[in-house]
Amino acid sequence: MPLESMQSNLFSDALENAYRVQIEEFEGPLDLLLHLIKKNELDIYNIPIAAITRQYLEYMELLKELNLDIAGEFLVMAATLLQIKSRMLLPVTQDEEEAEAEDPRAELVRRLLEYQRYRDASHQLSSRNLLGRDVFARKFDSPELAELVPNEEPADVELFDLIEAFQRVLARVSVETFHNVVTDGISIADRISEVLSLLHELKTISFDALFSDGMTRDLLVVTFLSILELCKLKLIKITQVESLGAIWLTSSSQDDDVITDAVKAEDLEMEGLVVG
Amino acid sequence: MSGKSLKAIVESLIFIHDHPLSLDRLALILEEHERADIRLALEELVEEYSAGERGIILAQVAGGYQFRSRPEHADYIRRLTKSKGVKFSQSALETLAIIAYRQPVTRAEVEYLRGVDSGGVLKTLLEKKLLRILGKKDVPGKPLIYGTSREFLELFSLKDLASLPTLKEIQELAPPDPFADQPALPLDSVEP
Repeated sequence: MPLESMQSNLFSDALENAYRVQIEEFEGPLDLLLHLIKKNELDIYNIPIAAITRQYLEYMELLKELNLDIAGEFLVMAATLLQIKSRMLLPVTQDEEEAEAEDPRAELVRRLLEYQRYRDASHQLSSRNLLGRDVFARKFDSPELAELVPNEEPADVELFDLIEAFQRVLARVSVETFHNVVTDGISIADRISEVLSLLHELKTISFDALFSDGMTRDLLVVTFLSILELCKLKLIKITQVESLGAIWLTSSSQDDDVITDAVKAEDLEMEGLVVG
Repeated sequence: MSGKSLKAIVESLIFIHDHPLSLDRLALILEEHERADIRLALEELVEEYSAGERGIILAQVAGGYQFRSRPEHADYIRRLTKSKGVKFSQSALETLAIIAYRQPVTRAEVEYLRGVDSGGVLKTLLEKKLLRILGKKDVPGKPLIYGTSREFLELFSLKDLASLPTLKEIQELAPPDPFADQPALPLDSVEP
């Protein structure tokens, strides 16, 4: 391509290195577009789409020239820009005029403005007094966890043990409803959140402690399902020191692998969504 | 007289606790005292520490109270601790800002707003415990829902989420030009 060969003549190695540094500063296509708009002193509400598209594509050429991998998002945005450009070239039909068709740029402008807002908010965040950077608190090496959890090697709990424990809870908290009152139920998601913040505070909590006597049967069941769901998500560990002993729930969020797994699972789901 | 001793008790409790101590928690511990009295003691302590020429202040963070150094002493403290403190990448800050303002929010929503893949950043922020998983959204694919954690509030010295400036306020503040220290792209020279 003639353009490419011309560019390789233009750029010396030293310059290439300089570009490399700059390129890394763009967080994504929206960031790059905002930069182009700012640099050309353009009105964000009335973007000259042809000019912006040309500059955007030139930048992509530059990336290619420097043999940098172009992230897929940049390509998607390039395609979006070209689509908007072509839609603006097409004459507006009578029907569309009557329906007051939206400016093809509107969606992009909304995204740019929204992105700009959050970027400003992020600057605002980093200018706050950060703990460990601007302000400091005393640090504690607390052996709390060691005290709370029995010293013996805990054994993993079978599902059957859990169900048995839950049956004991149900027996203990004999809830009999003689009349039907519509109560505001709590969702499993809400209960999960509650259990998690409890575990966050206390690190370890006994199975029984999650079921207090005043609870409705609904809440007992929701709590039990939440525990199972948390276990499935690998956000908690369920252990027991001796058989028939107390069952302990421990937050496993200190375990990095667990989060990695959760996000990986999410990754797979996302990919499935994107492809579909 | 008893009010005075209560203030000292509250002070010592906050001093020995390793996280911000909330009024609720204090009221539980000091069950022999009225909640209103404890609240008053806290307010007076905050006032006294900020008025006096002390090296520490009683900060209201993450729904509780914690003794912290004054921000203007940061340089001296860094000399002692040799810690550089947390340093966030722009992508981490953007992601945190979006989640702080939009929570509960899914990964897809974060990625739409940022325009880039954010899986790696989310993972890092979860590992740093600045984010937490709030549950799963009831839409196809059951994506995880993210929110900010108590550690987020502690780290950014926020009393609660409501004390974040609104997006509108930030806009009116006329933020510093983020491109000020960014050299211009050499696009003009690419002109054929």
